Amino acid sequence: MSPHPHLDENPEGPDLPLEPLPGHSSRGRLERILRRGEFAVTAELNPPDSADPQDVYDRARVFDGWVDGINAVDASGANCHMSSVGICALLTRMGHAPILQIACRDRNRIAIQGDVLGAAAMGVQNILCLTGDGVQAGDQPGAKPVFDLDSSSLLETIRTMRDKGAFLSGRRLTTPPRVFLGAAVNPFAPPFDFRPLHLGKKIAAGAQFVQTQYCFDVPMFRAFMQRVRDLGLADKVFILCGVGPLASARTAKWIRSNVPGVHIPDAVIARLEGARDQKAEGKRLCIDIINEVKEIPGVAGVHVMAYRQEEYVAEIVDESGVLKGRRPWRHEFRSDDARVAERLEHLREGVTEAQAEMVRSAH
Amino acid sequence: MADPATPPPSTTASGPATAAPQVVPPAATGATTQAAVVRKTAPKSDYLPADVSPQRRVQRSYSVRLWSVRHSRLLEWVYARFADAFLGLHPLWKGLGYGRVEGPVKFVERRVKGLMFDCRMCGQCVLSSTGMSCPMNCPKQLRNGPCGGVRANGNCEVEPDMPCVWVKAWEGSRNMVRGDAILKVQNPVDQSLRETSAWLRVTAQAAAAREKARSGEAA
Repeated sequence: MSPHPHLDENPEGPDLPLEPLPGHSSRGRLERILRRGEFAVTAELNPPDSADPQDVYDRARVFDGWVDGINAVDASGANCHMSSVGICALLTRMGHAPILQIACRDRNRIAIQGDVLGAAAMGVQNILCLTGDGVQAGDQPGAKPVFDLDSSSLLETIRTMRDKGAFLSGRRLTTPPRVFLGAAVNPFAPPFDFRPLHLGKKIAAGAQFVQTQYCFDVPMFRAFMQRVRDLGLADKVFILCGVGPLASARTAKWIRSNVPGVHIPDAVIARLEGARDQKAEGKRLCIDIINEVKEIPGVAGVHVMAYRQEEYVAEIVDESGVLKGRRPWRHEFRSDDARVAERLEHLREGVTEAQAEMVRSAH
Repeated sequence: MADPATPPPSTTASGPATAAPQVVPPAATGATTQAAVVRKTAPKSDYLPADVSPQRRVQRSYSVRLWSVRHSRLLEWVYARFADAFLGLHPLWKGLGYGRVEGPVKFVERRVKGLMFDCRMCGQCVLSSTGMSCPMNCPKQLRNGPCGGVRANGNCEVEPDMPCVWVKAWEGSRNMVRGDAILKVQNPVDQSLRETSAWLRVTAQAAAAREKARSGEAA
């Protein structure tokens, strides 16, 4: 139990939004950390196929104290899971800082604008706007692909809601959603010349932070960042480089041929194949990549995607030393919780106070 | 206790819709995707349609579309002349009534743009801003740039044999005089304008803008 609440915690309760600061568009922890110039770490929560809130809490607990934001994915890979809005509602209750992902694949502009308001009302401070994988990639290939908006027009829609206080139709909102807006970029897919300009387009549409696709090719990422700096975009957006551990050379080959948009160079696969313990080597490789990308000017943080290896996120963050001794917020029992627990102690000991007894002893 | 392998009884009054046993795909494990499991457990049939998306099935080849992208600079020039001519005919359209000419103009527009660009008649043409590569041919109908799933060979994530519409758009825009229009953020598609004539809309808007400029000068 800590005597003082965390720097980025509302003293009234961890589930409440922080004090608004000038120049900040949200009242969340992630924006504060990025604007303070700290190296941010975010991670991705593997969404449960269950209706039990405890599954979400358990999966969030492995990140506790190591990350500044938790991405709640929106049916990633077009596979059905618990909804991102639902996960975010649970996480904000516990005081976590979730990043709500919205994919354009499943909902039209009516549903999305409603979800943005609902999520903001439940305390969501960060929204990541995505196009989403095609339905053919997932477990429901017969679903109707919606794609009513695309990632850029989604960004612009939410920015309009926040800054102009109106829906796309122009109808007024009584309270606009105060959210920090994010987008995704993939520097590792063609057309390579267009990708930095595409990032500029997303910034023009409202992106304040971006998370990249998995980076396994640091020279390619460095070249992308060089272009981004030359275009003057690095000062306008916080770039979080996507990283993650590969479980084995076999997994790496499988990802390369089956997951669209992930580029894994041959050298990475050769390194994994040459290792005695491929899983440990995959983790080592991830740490090495983090250490290389954190030195690239314009990189504001890392986004650790450790799908089905979430328990390694803490180790990866710890061993890479990117936090430089900083401790991100973690769920802790607060002093008043402890007082309640103390008061309830007698209940646990089996002492019950019946009113009749109390009256008798008072006389 | 019921056997856990048998599905629970239907809760609708008339029972299940089909008498055929329902195939419940098992959960994916390790290196296979759930999608692969779904495909494998699908009932077998003699008729196996081509493994492409429904959107791709309505058109068979895209060689003309790729020609248009390669000649985007020429088409940009041709379209500028054509738009001027159409604007010159504004009094005629207005005299006949835009509503009355919509039918024949749409007929021609659909055939011409359908042949050259695989036009989908979204009614709000952005070809000049997308390197003469129609973004409505993208399976995700993206109007602001490629998704992150473009394959290393520049082909589409959804249609492995189709070149990415946005890779082509970028190439086409580099040949054009006003190619940097590709950097403008486009509004979402207005679905209520589908199956209307973009030519007439652009002409009417340009005519209105011209009127306004003239009345501004006169004042």
